[in-house]
Amino acid sequence: MNGFEISAGWINLAYVVAAILFINGLKGLTHPRTAVRGNLTSAWGMLLAIVATLIDGGLAYQWILLGAVIGGLIGGIAAARVQMTQMPEMVALFNGFGGGASVLVAGAAFIIAVEPNAQTTVSTGLSGLIGAVTLTGSLIAFGKLAEILPGGQIGFPGMKVFNALVGLGALGCVGWLTVDPTAQIAYWIIVAAACILGITLTLPIGGADMPVVISLLNSYSGLAAAATGFVLMNNVLIIAGSLVGASGIILTRIMCKAMNRSLANVLFGSLGPTADGPSADDVYGGRVKATSPDEVAMLFDTAQRVLVVPGYGLAVAQAQHIVREMGNVLEARGINVEYGIHPVAGRMPGHMNVLLAEADVPYEKLREMDDINTEIEQIDVCMVIGANDVVNPVARTDPQSPIAGMPIIDVDKARTVVVVKRSLSPGFAGIPNPLFAADNTLMMFGDGKKAITELVTALKES
Amino acid sequence: MEALVAAVTVFVLAVFIGFEIITKVPPTLHTPLMSGSNAISGIALIGAIISTRTDSPKLATILGTAAVAMAMVNVVGGYMVTHRMLDMFKNKR
Repeated sequence: MNGFEISAGWINLAYVVAAILFINGLKGLTHPRTAVRGNLTSAWGMLLAIVATLIDGGLAYQWILLGAVIGGLIGGIAAARVQMTQMPEMVALFNGFGGGASVLVAGAAFIIAVEPNAQTTVSTGLSGLIGAVTLTGSLIAFGKLAEILPGGQIGFPGMKVFNALVGLGALGCVGWLTVDPTAQIAYWIIVAAACILGITLTLPIGGADMPVVISLLNSYSGLAAAATGFVLMNNVLIIAGSLVGASGIILTRIMCKAMNRSLANVLFGSLGPTADGPSADDVYGGRVKATSPDEVAMLFDTAQRVLVVPGYGLAVAQAQHIVREMGNVLEARGINVEYGIHPVAGRMPGHMNVLLAEADVPYEKLREMDDINTEIEQIDVCMVIGANDVVNPVARTDPQSPIAGMPIIDVDKARTVVVVKRSLSPGFAGIPNPLFAADNTLMMFGDGKKAITELVTALKES
Repeated sequence: MEALVAAVTVFVLAVFIGFEIITKVPPTLHTPLMSGSNAISGIALIGAIISTRTDSPKLATILGTAAVAMAMVNVVGGYMVTHRMLDMFKNKR
């Protein structure tokens, strides 16, 4: 006994019902029509679990209320105020809080434990390890996404060796706990080591790999909660935690696949231009055609199908609303406007979809990469807005390129491509993009929002 | 030991259910899926509440209170922001 298992049978029954509600809630998320109800179902599950726990009695209610009011206010205000373009950093921060809560609960469990045994202390150690990595890793990810920290790859020589040593040290302490389950100090050493590890593992990961990192940290925050469930022998924590863990792992896998890279490569490798790759001058030299909003407006005179391919630049420029307005103007002329979404466009899974949904673009108009690629030859005008690597045909053509084999949206096969971009600067992969110099490509240089606004004005005048 | 085996069983089955359901979530809803699962990982709140028991040492109560605050950020913030996002996915015609 570790002193505080839930004894009453009916509480465990309530937990089973809560778990069913969580599962059904997630099931609702499989379609936009049922998603709102699904989220509410899941919230009812949470409420049920909380109420059942509170009714048990013998709790320090004033302390719980204090924590709940503070946390509830922070969460509520953040949720109400956050802009849709800031969702990645918000989710990163929330992942961190989830991990932090698990660290503290496991720590408290250690203090409460009357006769700690190896089984619970190992779970406690793992909970502290995963939770603390999640906490500091998420804070670093948050800092990078919010641009408080530089977004590039940060590191020092010997960092990998350092990480390996710290990681082994933490695992050694978990081993220590199996031998001596009363060694509380070992737990806090694990937490401290994991806090360092979270920082040093996340710092070297650059901006465009963030979708993978957030997904992975999402998974960790669930696994930490599940580990805490093992400490307390509490089924609802185990079930809810493993659902979140599974969700994060699936998203991680989808993101890695969409970049044609292994998880190990994203976490430990470095992506950069290869020395023997073609230089920007070779690729662009004299072949790039700049265009103006008026010229682009004329392109639409004969167009029937238009595809918009957004990237992170759309989020940075906050251009989603004006893009939607452009879509409205074109649709009023009888042009079919659709949106091609690359899985890793943006800084988190589904980032572009949320931005376009915010701008009232119906979800039926959002097409997945594989789906739209089969029809891309029929697109008259393809508008690439703030995307680069995810439309770089080199991924298809040059096996030596750092992005070789990465699935891309084949915009170069559309009849005409208009690229809205500030300059010819490379994307995250650091390589030039021959699309910008292709015969069927026109470059509309400028800030996304400003350029599209001018285009909409030109469209309305013509 | 028996309790541990039972817990591992629950864990493994729940992971499988998670895999089955979540592979069916369309890419369009991946961001709400993440914020929604943020909210669910706020389940650590249950553990946090239990650790404030009046018969436990003061330090555990303090850690528990801090954990309640952190987990509540997830629960309240996670569900609210997910609701806000999903509302935008409704078709407004």
